[in-house]
Formats: sequence, C-alpha cells, structure tokens
Amino acid sequence: MPTVVQRTVTVGSASGLHARPAALFVKAAAALPVEVRAIVEGKKPAKTRSMLMVLALGAKQGTPVTLEADDDPDGQGQAAVEALAALLARDLDAEPD
Amino acid sequence: MAGAEVLRGVGVGIGLAVGPVVQMGRPPELPSSHRVDDGSAEAARARAALDAVSADLAARSLETTDATASAVLDALSMIAADPALVEQVEELIVGGTDAPHALYAAIEGYREMLTEAGGYLAERAGDLADIRDRVIAAVLGLPMPGIPDPGHPFVLVAEDLSPADTAGIDVGRVLGLVTERGGATSHTAILARSLGLPCVVACAGVLAVADGTVVAVDAGAGVVEVGIGAVRAAEVVARAAALAAELVGTAGPGQTADGHRVALLHNIGSAGDLEGVVDNGFEGVGLFRTEFLFLDRDEAPGFDEQRQAYAAVLRAAAGRKVVVRTLDAGADKPLPFLGAKSEPNPALGVRGLRIGRAHPEVVTMQLDALAAAAGDVPGSEVWVMAPMVATPDEAAGFAAQCRAAGLGRTGVMIEIPAAALLAREILAEVDFLSIGTNDLSQYTFAADRMEGTLQELLDPWQPALLALIARCAQAGQAVGKPVGICGEAAANAELAPVFAGLGITSLSMAARAVAPVRWALARRTLAECEHAAKAALSSATAASARAAAVEVTTT
Repeated sequence: MPTVVQRTVTVGSASGLHARPAALFVKAAAALPVEVRAIVEGKKPAKTRSMLMVLALGAKQGTPVTLEADDDPDGQGQAAVEALAALLARDLDAEPD
Repeated sequence: MAGAEVLRGVGVGIGLAVGPVVQMGRPPELPSSHRVDDGSAEAARARAALDAVSADLAARSLETTDATASAVLDALSMIAADPALVEQVEELIVGGTDAPHALYAAIEGYREMLTEAGGYLAERAGDLADIRDRVIAAVLGLPMPGIPDPGHPFVLVAEDLSPADTAGIDVGRVLGLVTERGGATSHTAILARSLGLPCVVACAGVLAVADGTVVAVDAGAGVVEVGIGAVRAAEVVARAAALAAELVGTAGPGQTADGHRVALLHNIGSAGDLEGVVDNGFEGVGLFRTEFLFLDRDEAPGFDEQRQAYAAVLRAAAGRKVVVRTLDAGADKPLPFLGAKSEPNPALGVRGLRIGRAHPEVVTMQLDALAAAAGDVPGSEVWVMAPMVATPDEAAGFAAQCRAAGLGRTGVMIEIPAAALLAREILAEVDFLSIGTNDLSQYTFAADRMEGTLQELLDPWQPALLALIARCAQAGQAVGKPVGICGEAAANAELAPVFAGLGITSLSMAARAVAPVRWALARRTLAECEHAAKAALSSATAASARAAAVEVTTT
C-alpha cells in the first residue's frame, strides 16, 4: 500500500474556491505530473484537475482543505502537494491578471 | 410589396427595425436511445463532442473583450473538458448507454448536485444546462443552441428568450427581437426595453419564417411584415430615422402636452449606470438597487466600502435626487453571509425588509453608510426606501431607523397588495411610496414571475393591478406626497399616459426607456391621460383596458 503525502491549508481567496480562484487552481493541478486530491470535511474527495469536483467542495475563504498525493521516491507527489497548497493559501482575488 | 405577409403580436416600445431574420438555435431533443455495439467508437464520439464544445467556448473566451464574460466562458470551457465528467461518460458507455444519453445523464448528475448544494453553486447549475445543450447538439451534429452569429446585423427570432440566452446579445448586431411566445412582462420584453431594441412578442407564426427573409419590425403597431422588398425596406428605415430624430428632440423633464410634470427617473445598480445620461435632461435616480454590492461574495461589504459606493452614486447624480433601496435579498436572491436556509416558498419568505428581523445589523450599517455618504457629497439629495413592506407598522419601524441614522426623506416600496390597500395609513408614517409593479403583479395574481405559462396574468394592463396603483396614487394626492413607479411597467411607453392620469408623480426605468416614455407623455394632455386612466380602470380585462386607453388617447 503506497504511503501518501498530505498538507492542510486554509483557502486564502476572498471569494472562496470558486470563480477565478477555482479556475486558476484547477489549471495549475492539470499542469502537474501527478494527481492531487483535495479533501474537505463532509464532502466527497475531489480530483484537483476536475473543475466540477473542486467547485462541489464548496470551500470558502478560511475553509481548511487537505491536499493529498501518493508518495513516490522522486518526491513528485510531495512537490505537487506543496505547489497547490501554496496557491490555495494565497488570495487570488486580490492579485492582478 | 407583393408577397409580404403581416404577422401580429404584442409590441414592446415604439421602435422600428428592418433586417434579415436569423432564428435562434433551439435546444436539441434527445433521440430515442439505441444499443451500443462498438463501445470505444461511441466513447470517442462523446469525447469529440465534449472537446469541440470546450474548444469553442475557449475560443470565444479569448475573443471577448469583456473580462467578466471571458472568465465565465473560460470556466465553462474547463467544465466541458472536465476529466471527472469524461470519466463518468465513458463508464456509462461501457455499461451500454449510447453517447447522447451518456452525456445527458452525466451532465445532469452534476447539475443536480450543484443545484442541491444551493447558494453560489446553484447559480452555476444554469451553466451546466447550457453546456448540456451544446454537447448534445455537437454529438448529434445539430446547429449550436443559443444566440446565432451570422456575421451581419439581423432580426433575432426565437420561441422565447431566457436570461441565460440574453447574455450573448450584441446590440451592434441584433436589430430587433421577435418571439413566438412571451408577453408584455416576459424576460424578452424587459430585455428589449433595457437594450432599446424594437420588439414584438407573442407573434404567432414567426418561427416559420426562413432565415435570411427580410422583415420589418414595427413595435409601436405590434406588427412584423415578412418578406418585404427594397422599396418598402427603405420606407421603414426612413420612418425609423424620423422617429429616432423625434425622440432625441424630446429632451427635458417629463411632462404632458399641457405641462403637467411626471418626473422620469433612472433605475441603476451602480455609479457606472449613470455615465453619459446625467446631462440629457436627467431628473434623478428613482431606484438605486444596492444589492449589487452584496452579490457573489461570502462576507457583507463593510461600512467604508458601502460609504464609498453610495458616495460615488451621489456624486454621479450631480445634485439630483437619488432614491436608494435598502438590500433586497432573500431565499430567491440568496446571499451566503445571511445564511438563508432554503424555503418552500422563497417569494413568500424572509426577503427584503424582513432580513432585518434576523440581521438588523445589515440594514443599520446600510443606513449609517448612506448617511455618511450623504455627508461626504455636499448638495446631494438622498431618499431611502425599504423593499417588501407589508404593514404600516413595518413602515413606521423603518422610518424610525432612518431617522435614527440621520436620513431625511424616507419611503417604502409597495409590492404587497396588503400595503397597497393601506397606502393611506402607510403614507401617515413615511414621505413617499414607490410601486414595484413586478412583485405587486406577482403577489396580486398569485402568479410566479418566473413561470412562463402564467405571463398573461402578469400583464401590467390588468385592471386589478391598475386599481391598486390608483389607490396608492390617490392616497398620495390626498396628502400631497409623491407616489412613483419603479417596476418594469414604468418603462412601458403606452402605459405612461395612464399612470400620469392615475396621479403617479414619477416613473423610474432603465436609461434607454426614458426617451420613448417622455415622447409618449408629451403627446397627451393631462385631461386625455385622465380619460385614458378612467377607461382602463373600468375595463374587465387587460386587453380591453389597453384597447380602451389607446382609443381614448388617439381619438
């Protein structure tokens, strides 16, 4: 059974994880070499490359989100989780295009 | 003009348009399902449809210059290509479902999930319906549903238009609107007034007109001439130009032919809506909808943000009066920070002023921010009113809150029949009334505004509605307090003389409706308006009220 890497952060964007922040998040996830899952308590775990599943998390500003990937010897899972965690914690609404 | 056929319907406004017809793409119908023999070919077919729609939406996102529209199209494009969606479609096809039905079922599944989630996500459910129709059309090889883009100006013909359809209307391309169904208050009519487009609704037979056929749309007469020749087309274009010149010539305050004043005010959502209108005989704002500040966000806007937004509007109004409506939200317009639970009858639930029962701080902060903004803009004239007031007690309570905040002119909206019936008692508590005809119709006729099949009940010519409006106007006249209209009916040029005759003191509408309403008022004396009002009030049906009023004012 593969071990997993996890990191929990709170959503930084003022509008929560929908609209523009969700689009930026999903696009970033799609560009990563490994798949990352996003887990919010009480919701179905989401594939971060799926806009529909990410939207369905209903995460607002301040909601804790756990990002999770399978661990691997090259550390790709770890790097992917860290990259998405950093993005999620930022206020993407406040940043210019 | 041999061969020209005349179709009749209900005209919206007074404009004229000539151009070739382009029919709106209709939502595709699912064919009956069939057995799938080659699953991988079927899955490829489904993926190709999703890819094509996603690519089309992405291309349109890049083309559009409007940043908000571009972001929405980009998000739609991502949803159409969503890997979770693709996976589910493939699973259904492996299970023996054909591509169109698999696409339909998978998208509907997500649509229901978002609808159940409520709030912001429920608003996205409409986007999924749009994607569903596009993907089904793509997989069946049918034309794309939605507003067509033939690359030249055209008269748009549709069965009816929904709010989702109309986001794509480009007034540079669409010359006029004609719909087979709908009525004087349907969404199509509202849109036509706000865009200033000539429009005929409830026009039986128009769906049979072939694309490319040149038609003349005469909104004033409620007539569409089909298959006209070049000579007739030139005549109508000349008439349209003459009418446009006449409308421009009617600058100045709203008044009847003999100088009885009816203020023509603007409905706005932000200071931006006043750009370019303030110099053209501008008389003020009759409805500033503050909810636009509150939508699409998780937290209520703070005091400073509100104060700045209100001050911006007061500055833009350049010393003219601005009637500010406090937050009108509720289960039908959900706001996350109000934590509105879902209600079985949202239109009858906790909305408008009633929000203050559970969240008094929302109304208090609005009033305080408004008072501060008024102080920031010397020479500004602020009136404030509450939506969804039912009783004189509620009106008195709101007036007391306004006084505590230091606001002078306070009023209430009349949207509930109970309030219209006690207009006199309510006017003992406040300084003015503003009638919201859309909700007043809905509640008087127990007919949902969103229910297309009940539109004839919501016709603003309904004598019962006119009787309630008359009661409010008389209550105002008795004590010398203003009674205006800020609902959709206020933008109706044919009704304007009737309202003037009933004793209404102001009409508030979208900027583009002002010139036609001003023109319509200026053609009648007050005595003629009073005759028309009396004739309409003594009718038994909407159609006879309209006919009687029009007859009085044209003979």
